[in-house]
Amino acid sequence: MELVLDIATWILLLAGSVLLVITGYGLLRLPDLYTRIHAGGMADTLATTLIFIGLALQSGFSLITVKLLLVIVFIFFTSPTSSYALAQASFVAGLKPKLDGFGAVKKPDEDA
Amino acid sequence: MTIYAITAIAVLVSIALALARAIIGPTSYDRILSVNAIGTKTVLLIGVMGFLGGRPDFLDLALVYALVNFIGTLAVLKYFKFGTLRGTLSKPRDNA
Amino acid sequence: MLLLIAGTMTVLMVRNLFVATMLLGIVSFTMALIFISLDAVDVAFTEAAVGAGISTVLYIGTLALVGSQEKERAKFAVGPLVICVAVGAVLYYATYDMPQFGHPDNPVQTHVAPRYIQESPTEIGIPNMVTSVLASYRGYDTFGEVTVIFTAGIGVLLILRQRRRRRTDANKDAKDTPLDTDRDGKGSSLSGLGSNHDLVPHVIAKLLIPFIFVFALYVQFHGDFGPGGGFQAGVIFAAGIILYALVFSLDLARAVINEKAILFLICAVVLLYGGVGVAGMLLGGNFLDYNVLASDPVAGQHLGILLVELGVGITVTAAMLAIFYAFVGRADLIEEASQRGEK
Repeated sequence: MELVLDIATWILLLAGSVLLVITGYGLLRLPDLYTRIHAGGMADTLATTLIFIGLALQSGFSLITVKLLLVIVFIFFTSPTSSYALAQASFVAGLKPKLDGFGAVKKPDEDA
Repeated sequence: MTIYAITAIAVLVSIALALARAIIGPTSYDRILSVNAIGTKTVLLIGVMGFLGGRPDFLDLALVYALVNFIGTLAVLKYFKFGTLRGTLSKPRDNA
Repeated sequence: MLLLIAGTMTVLMVRNLFVATMLLGIVSFTMALIFISLDAVDVAFTEAAVGAGISTVLYIGTLALVGSQEKERAKFAVGPLVICVAVGAVLYYATYDMPQFGHPDNPVQTHVAPRYIQESPTEIGIPNMVTSVLASYRGYDTFGEVTVIFTAGIGVLLILRQRRRRRTDANKDAKDTPLDTDRDGKGSSLSGLGSNHDLVPHVIAKLLIPFIFVFALYVQFHGDFGPGGGFQAGVIFAAGIILYALVFSLDLARAVINEKAILFLICAVVLLYGGVGVAGMLLGGNFLDYNVLASDPVAGQHLGILLVELGVGITVTAAMLAIFYAFVGRADLIEEASQRGEK
């Protein structure tokens, strides 16, 4: 039973860490503010959930697990709300999303 | 356990990347976004470091910092939009 | 540590005050991390809550009043620099007579600290020694801190309190429009405060604020057993109400807790703290002696610590709210005055 819990914790923590690094890289490479909001707001929440569930598996049925679940629920509600408020504020301020292609995809006749 | 150390290093790398976006980001909204992201990752870091050091009492601190991050981001956004903290999030004051 | 030094130097050097506010938040969070690495969880808790949270919101409220560029500095003044250096040198020289900082043979380490550590479980009997030192062994110092916070709150309310005519206007706005009809009279399921753009923050805030209050109460009363206590709980409680004031408007928050209530709370808890002390005297012990508050000395200590921590928590909440209301409410007055001046 211990071994199963340990393996589950390892998998969850590794998945969360990989997701975090990908999120950070995405924050640097994505082309527009609105796409970066997805990287910064949503993926962080998922990574936090995975990692904290992994930590909760390690502590069994105790107060610590309840606190971890509370943090997960709190971040689950507030991080997307902050992203929403940020996106709405920047849209009202006039920042237009880039809708006309991002230049990363080359047309076939440019490869010559 | 070594997986805690690996997770902590991953969180630190992620914070460094978000910090790079905070320094580069052309608009101010990029910077606000990266500060918010660093706040969420810090909550994660406190939790993992608590487990790494064997003292899981830090989770209260993580919850408080999540709250603080949320309120701080909302306050900064409101200030950016209107220059005052008085009204709601989309109108500067009630009788506007 | 390097981040701390670099951050603080940058705060001194930037001109844009908004950037300085953000950097102060980061600096205070780095301080909290250093405290965590030194294994001082209570202090880190208070530093994170106050420094990174409430201070940032209050500074932004101040920026709304003063604008975000620092004024041009005057010419380089030699006189004050000489005085500062001289006083600093005298203080530094005076520390030569004190025992070496952190040396294990200090009187603090050999007499005071071991007595607290050894006697606290038997005399007071709560697991968290920080709370027992703060509220019982050094209760008089904590009384002084509560008085300082009280003075700060009273000072802010005296200087920056809004006049009565503002308050009647705010009352008219909050009462004449029933909270669940829109300004045009159309019914809507939420209060008619903003357009539908506000729906998500409204719902989330309404969901979260009760839990924030319950968490504040948990931190307050769990301070005997783990990190927590009165100061942190007060800050979290104030943060909940500030969240309400940010998402809904300040006028609605004023309708919930107005300035009279805050004034009452600030005065009442200082009286509570002093009352516990005087009760100790009336029952036969010294001032702030908890041993005589109940039939069993240890139970008396528990009761005394409970009341005192409650007092500290409510004082901190009321003072933070007073400062927030004063700063944010005043921005409106200044703007209206300037508009009237232009007309």
